[in-house]
Amino acid sequence: MKESEKDKNKKIPTNDDIINDVTTSEYKYGFVTDIDTDIIPQGLNEDVVRLISQKKGEPEWLLDFRLKAFRHWLTLEVPTWAHLDIPEIDFQAISYYAAPKKKEGPKSFDEVDPELLDTFNKLGIPLEEQKVLSGMAVDAVMDSVSVKTTHKEKLAELGIIFCSFSEAVRDYPDLVKRYLGSVVSYRDNFYAALNSAVFSDGSFVYIPKGVHCPMELSTYFRINASGTGQFERTLIVADDDAYVSYLEGCTAPMRDENQLHAAIVEIIVEDRAEVKYSTVQNWYAGDKDGRGGVYNFVTKRGLCRGDNSKLSWTQVETGSAITWKYPSCVLSGDGAVGEFYSVAVTNNRQQADTGTKMIHTGRNTRSTIVSKGISAGYSQNSYRGLVKVAPNADGCRNYTQCDSLLLGSHCGAHTFPYIDVLNDTAVVEHEATTSKISEDQIFYCNQRGIPTEEAVALIVNGYAKEVMNKLPMEFAVEAQKLLQITLEGSVG
Amino acid sequence: MSALSQYIELFDSHRDTIEAKSAAILNEYRYDARQSLDGKTLPSKGTEGYEKTSVEDMFLPDFGVNINRVNIPVDVSLSFKCDVPNMSTIMAFVVNDSFVPSSTLHNKMPKGVIIDSLAKMAQENPELVRRYYNTLAHRDNAMVALNTMLVQDGVMIYVPQGVVMERPIQLVNIFNSAASLMGVRRLLIVVEEGAKAQVLVCDHTQNSEYNYLSSQVMEVFVAPNASLDIYDIEESSATTSRHSQLFARQERDSQLLVNGVTLTSGTTRNDYHIDLVGSNCSTTLAGMAIGSGTQHVDNNSSIRHLATHSNSNQLFKYVLDEESTGAFEGAIYVAEGAQFTEAYQSNRNLLASKQARMHTKPQLEIYNDDVKCSHGATTGQLDADALFYMRSRGIPEQEARTMLMQAFMVDVIDMVKMDGLRDRLRHLVEKRFYGQQATCADCGVTCRDAKKD
Repeated sequence: MKESEKDKNKKIPTNDDIINDVTTSEYKYGFVTDIDTDIIPQGLNEDVVRLISQKKGEPEWLLDFRLKAFRHWLTLEVPTWAHLDIPEIDFQAISYYAAPKKKEGPKSFDEVDPELLDTFNKLGIPLEEQKVLSGMAVDAVMDSVSVKTTHKEKLAELGIIFCSFSEAVRDYPDLVKRYLGSVVSYRDNFYAALNSAVFSDGSFVYIPKGVHCPMELSTYFRINASGTGQFERTLIVADDDAYVSYLEGCTAPMRDENQLHAAIVEIIVEDRAEVKYSTVQNWYAGDKDGRGGVYNFVTKRGLCRGDNSKLSWTQVETGSAITWKYPSCVLSGDGAVGEFYSVAVTNNRQQADTGTKMIHTGRNTRSTIVSKGISAGYSQNSYRGLVKVAPNADGCRNYTQCDSLLLGSHCGAHTFPYIDVLNDTAVVEHEATTSKISEDQIFYCNQRGIPTEEAVALIVNGYAKEVMNKLPMEFAVEAQKLLQITLEGSVG
Repeated sequence: MSALSQYIELFDSHRDTIEAKSAAILNEYRYDARQSLDGKTLPSKGTEGYEKTSVEDMFLPDFGVNINRVNIPVDVSLSFKCDVPNMSTIMAFVVNDSFVPSSTLHNKMPKGVIIDSLAKMAQENPELVRRYYNTLAHRDNAMVALNTMLVQDGVMIYVPQGVVMERPIQLVNIFNSAASLMGVRRLLIVVEEGAKAQVLVCDHTQNSEYNYLSSQVMEVFVAPNASLDIYDIEESSATTSRHSQLFARQERDSQLLVNGVTLTSGTTRNDYHIDLVGSNCSTTLAGMAIGSGTQHVDNNSSIRHLATHSNSNQLFKYVLDEESTGAFEGAIYVAEGAQFTEAYQSNRNLLASKQARMHTKPQLEIYNDDVKCSHGATTGQLDADALFYMRSRGIPEQEARTMLMQAFMVDVIDMVKMDGLRDRLRHLVEKRFYGQQATCADCGVTCRDAKKD
């Protein structure tokens, strides 16, 4: 369509034209899978919490945890400090449990609902046996219930536990009990409390001492049923000298109403261990007038408990109507390293308030923050971050860079860094810039025969490269494509 | 009892006295301000924007307020010489919160220029005062309302159209009292179209046996094509706290420079709200703080670009020693439609001791694409290599540290456009780093508390 238009008008599209084109781009994951789903009635009270726990056949201690969280949640108020315009959410109008209906639980792969497999095929997840060769272990979570985990046996040989949360509760209750809520307490914030009360499933990863996980572990989240919220919980434990790279992808169907996603990710990193957590978040962002879309209110935090441990967050945020997300690192082991690389793209009426927290409590801890915001259309994109150096944390180092790129004159880009230095040996740097793609850059490309639209794509990609390079190979390609779909419409 | 309620009580029981000793225009706003305070509290630590500074605690001690306008018999022109060599200024004095009338002041000034008591001007020239007074300060702000409720006098500086002031205006604020006192200070500066002025404000405390609190609201109007420089130097005592709010409004093609220097104080909180309502404005906002003892310095800036083609530049530097704490929060706001804005902000801090603390929160809020905005913040120590270099050349460590700290402050001092003041400031900063008293020639006052710490 773009080509014919161009021929007709014989005019090189300007920057604004290209940006306008963006609105014509479609959300390609917006299909609904017609699958039998077990949904409980809308509403939230203690009985619902008990019902969820009962449906999942949970032990007493977990129910207690849920109820404690629920009672605490009742005392909390919706946080309003973010630079977001969040319509009032009716927490009683959401169904807190939706699961693909199990026919006595699939024993083998053949028994899995073919419709379901089809869904994952559409998403391009190598869930089926034939795709096992691609070498990725996948835990697919649909409507917050884990459907199938691949490669489990191979991982088990190494002693790695990678399974759904409910399986972990059943098979490794001691581990779950020890770590659940140890990084993100149910008292942490409003959405963390809500999640702790009603979480339905998620992933659990345990890497034993000295094990280098041979493949990327991956979880795909998808909301399918309408009028439900997705509340999953991920718990990753890397024991001494372990290494794991974990990927997370998210999609949702197109719907007119808003869907709530409130997840918790907890990561524990012991001595000399390293965890790499990458997210490509592409929840449905709503249409161009801001109807529908997912509210993505996520609490992610890692505790670098061991000396010389390392945690690296990489995220590409292109979806969701509203994003409220601050993956954080608590660097309590001496010499621990925290990293945060983020590309957040907002378009149309999307809003994002995202960033990180780096809390230095150990000596000689280091952190790096690179955040790239891109806003287009009528969207609002904010970086909000905290760097805190505790009084006894000598020799800490932080470098923060947050850049914003504005495409179009109706969008907004904001930066709210909080820097709290309580120690005189710390070196903390923060830099932020906001700009648009300059005429000079476009002109330079044009001169060399690159059409304006491609030039914009090129510049945006170059701008985000620093973060994209941090993604594992499989994801980098996908993320790059996503960036183009989200931003450039017919371009690219 | 909360800090606020004691002042509300004071107002409720002595409203007649307060009003009788003031002027009609100032009285007009008093009751509304009082009403707006109902149910409010002053911000305490942790409130957004007041993370590290408790205004509640600053106002909590039972300060006296001189509502009866008792004159403190100080002959300021004799006992006080805030001497800036090589610089001849038009000097006016405020003792506590009363303007000190001077018979010689008027002879020195160009025609039409006003430097006088705000209460007096409100009586003599009500139209002029009404046009500006309390129109810019954020009335819903509790500290502004508190000031408006209690203020009885202040200073008005008015520079009429086209007048270029050759000599800088110097306003000396002095605390001197026989009891703990809150000075309710108000400053109104109007620079009309095409006019140009430089204002130097300095805060001093003469009798530092008592505790003082300065509650100050400044309203600054810069008309089209006008130029105004404000230098605000605080050199009081560890017993003096200061809560100061500056509200400025710039019309098209105007220039404003505000340079706030905090050398000695107890607790200081400075707010700068600058609105660039006309296009092609230029704003420079600089600040410097040298902290020692248990001093606390908090600067909070908000520059709002509301029209096109304006530029703003902010630079704040802190050196914090001993147990001093610093806070900085700076926001750049670019409104939708304010195209071609250039806005920069930089905050650099040195922590010179183990117990020193710094809290920084620079912010950008931008609703427009054709802008160039950036901010940077660093907190660290002196460069170890530089220190080593100097020591290897025989400079003792303490000396080397002081030299480096002084060098660190140079770019804020260099923003001062008046030669005489710049030299003087360099001297003051040097003395400050050596922990010496900064006294001027022939001055009977010790600006710093001799019994420091």
